[in-house]
Amino acid sequence: MPGPAQDGLPVAASPAAALIPAMTRICGAAGVVHEPSQLATYECDGLTSHRTAPALVVLPETAEQVAAVVRACAGAGVPFVARGSGTGLSGGALPRSDGVLIVTSRMRRVLDIDPVSRRAIVEPGVTNLSVSKAVEPFGFFYAPDPSSQVICSVGGNVAENSGGAHCLKNGFTVHHVLGLEIVTPDGELVWLGDGTGAAPGYDLLGAFTGSEGTLGIATKIVVKLTPLPEAVTCLLAAFDSTSAGGTAVSAIIAAGIVPAAIEMMDALSIEAAEAAVHCGYPEGAGAVLIVELDGPAADVEVDRAAVRSLCEEAGAGEIRIADDPAERARIWAGRKSAFAAVGRISPAYIVQDGVVPRTALSRVLARISELSDSADGVRVANVFHAGDGNLHPLVLFDDSVPGAGAAAEEVSGRILDLCIEAGGSITGEHGVGVDKSRYMTRMFGEDDLDTMQMLRCAFNPRNLCNPGKVFPTPRLCGEVPGVRRAPHPAVASGEVDLF
Amino acid sequence: MPGPGAGVSGAEVAVALAGTGAVVSDASPADAVAGVRPACVAYPGTVEQAAGVLRAAASLGMTVVPRGSGRRISWGPPPARCDVVADMTQMNHIIEHAAGDLVVRAETGVLLGQLSKVLTEKGQRLALDAPAAATVGGVVATGTAGPLRLRYGTPRDLLIGITVVRPDGRVAHSGGKVVKNVAGYDIGKLYAGSLGTLGLITEATFRLHPLAAMSAYVTRHYDDAAAAAEAVLAAAASPLQAAAAEIERDGPGAPVQVGILLEGTPDGVSERADRMAALLGHGARTALTPPGWWAARGEAAPGALGGTLIRVAFWAAELRRVLDAIELVAIETQLRPAVGGSAGAGVLYVSLDAGEDADQVAIFIRALRAATGHGGVQDPGALARGSVVVLTTPAAVQASVDMWGPVPGLDLMRAVKRQFDPANTMAPGRFAGGI
Repeated sequence: MPGPAQDGLPVAASPAAALIPAMTRICGAAGVVHEPSQLATYECDGLTSHRTAPALVVLPETAEQVAAVVRACAGAGVPFVARGSGTGLSGGALPRSDGVLIVTSRMRRVLDIDPVSRRAIVEPGVTNLSVSKAVEPFGFFYAPDPSSQVICSVGGNVAENSGGAHCLKNGFTVHHVLGLEIVTPDGELVWLGDGTGAAPGYDLLGAFTGSEGTLGIATKIVVKLTPLPEAVTCLLAAFDSTSAGGTAVSAIIAAGIVPAAIEMMDALSIEAAEAAVHCGYPEGAGAVLIVELDGPAADVEVDRAAVRSLCEEAGAGEIRIADDPAERARIWAGRKSAFAAVGRISPAYIVQDGVVPRTALSRVLARISELSDSADGVRVANVFHAGDGNLHPLVLFDDSVPGAGAAAEEVSGRILDLCIEAGGSITGEHGVGVDKSRYMTRMFGEDDLDTMQMLRCAFNPRNLCNPGKVFPTPRLCGEVPGVRRAPHPAVASGEVDLF
Repeated sequence: MPGPGAGVSGAEVAVALAGTGAVVSDASPADAVAGVRPACVAYPGTVEQAAGVLRAAASLGMTVVPRGSGRRISWGPPPARCDVVADMTQMNHIIEHAAGDLVVRAETGVLLGQLSKVLTEKGQRLALDAPAAATVGGVVATGTAGPLRLRYGTPRDLLIGITVVRPDGRVAHSGGKVVKNVAGYDIGKLYAGSLGTLGLITEATFRLHPLAAMSAYVTRHYDDAAAAAEAVLAAAASPLQAAAAEIERDGPGAPVQVGILLEGTPDGVSERADRMAALLGHGARTALTPPGWWAARGEAAPGALGGTLIRVAFWAAELRRVLDAIELVAIETQLRPAVGGSAGAGVLYVSLDAGEDADQVAIFIRALRAATGHGGVQDPGALARGSVVVLTTPAAVQASVDMWGPVPGLDLMRAVKRQFDPANTMAPGRFAGGI
């Protein structure tokens, strides 16, 4: 929700700015940011095309401080937005110019590890990967692994119900979070769920997970720990086309194999990855398929042989198999770099996150290719989680060419229409946020959205908690397209991958 | 929560429902819900008819209790009032089995056995334990789960799309037919386990799993409960990928049976079964069929399960303490509870025979809550770490025991109920906290 640009007027008179003394009492002077130059740091999340500097940023260190901050906001009628690491890709943590941004990055303690119960309790600012690192000595990991796992926060994962390449087998955040302490939009601390997965009453824990910060702020998270697999193997197969690769994917699924991950890249994204990281994928491939298998050693061995022969039957050229971590990392390097890499072959791009039924992949990819051919100055590179039909089309264009942005936006929207027509979804893992709220009416009817809003009203009746996200509002309908002009700073510096 | 007013006469109900297109019949004594007899039973055959029934009910302020197979309809507290039973068994079509996508979309009245037959033909399954005679809607609404809970969770974990009729008669969808989907709120989560208190479930879409090429059950009995607890938890935490980790004890002091289910490729399973048998220790045996006691104790059991059934949920590390607490309370009350369930996942079922003295059963339940730390008033600011919920018990016991016990987040649950069902017409009084 882009508010008015910074207009240089003093903001001291705004209700949010009037909260500075109260916020300083709650979080300490070091926990409150209100200098315009510092506020600019927080003006966007991973979706950099939407920017709004908040009126005020607070950095609480405890759940009680979050609750006090929210009570102060509620008391003053000031909107508030929670933010974890700011890696989200739909603008879910986009601040309000008239609101308070509550950043959880100082709440990063792993509070408890219970290896016998296979549970850990963490604070929301803990990064995803550090949970797995903390529990690894006990023989466990935390299964959801969004590509940004080095820096993304578990609290943000809860808000977005984050997936990742390996959710094909292991499921999403909602399958691995068993309890949440939340601050309600009134500022009360309440537990949803009890860590057992069998708590009595409505499954508010499940409903809260993936609600994109609109129902409250998670302050403690009980996560399920999964035993580390005995064996992991990764197979890379080159195909002439994504269609041939798609045939292999269908055959693998039909054979009753559930790989940990199945990823595919098309020729254009291979070209970009090659330019960026020299990943050395088979030359001239029209598509590469990456299949990762994990589990008990004997089962992995059987499945690996089966996947290999199914790929061969589907017409795979070169097939590489990587069993040790270094070899696997080399295979994944190209895939993981693909998004940052398209920056090398295109000045600007839009990322989409549509989902189609797996069996519709080939058909939809062919239609995307037609769309791309028929739009002037727009190309589409495809990198996707083929196992669950989650497409990440990158709509490439030159933003210095007049009209190219609009054409790219048109193609981008048409891709989502294709996904919906095929029985899929407008977002598989990035969330709706501000970026896709205007597409919600293409997927859901009025009564569907009204019913979802009833849930919001139960938690957040005054709509002060992350307003303007998820649901279309008149104000968002004419929104500027979600053009990505610059990579997230951490991506640009090569620290992390986002997709 | 506004309580429903006085009952509506049978004639009024029949007139109101006549225009909906749903078959309507007078209720018989067999249609009573936990002793409360409705005026009539409506059998909607389509979503439109189901919507018509709730619209008509809403217009007259009639209360409605949804019913699937009816096998568990009298579990839980009785409804404060019940004018209409909405029997969903006429909506019994499997709408789409997209085998290549491992997805099935079914109407609410489809029987699990019917579904299983169709899925098995394609080498697939809905990875849930539920009686073959249960309906899709019933399983979702009750959150029924059995041994596979350890690996696959409960219905909410497999549900990817839902169509519901709200108490005001409006039809709403959420989710869809793709597994990976974060568009909008997941309303299916709210309806899973809601016991009919938020409206009618008319369709459900599930993600499926391939049938395992091979399943093996590694079992052993232990004379010492502590050793059994240690073994079952080690099995659940091992990288041998147990699909289920169950125990069964048919009375205080009896040996404890441990059973671990392994699924996968034939080579993989036989190798893992050997290692699992070594983990369980001397006397462990491997079989390709489940032991007789498998899934016989809990909510997924096929039997009628009279008497009292209690679900105890806990963090798995507390398993031994929970077993000790049950033993202790059994001695105190001189009752003979049988215990079984998904010990590795932190869920056990305690059952008491129908003939037990109601006062003693009530004392047993209260004492069990106290001994496991799940009694008393729930502090919403504290993590509960478990619960003791009475799934079914005779009316005489219900008179003196709160079947649900403390419920975390109850105020928010009440707020949800007020939003969805402000007139409190859907299965009033049957849910946690009197919802």
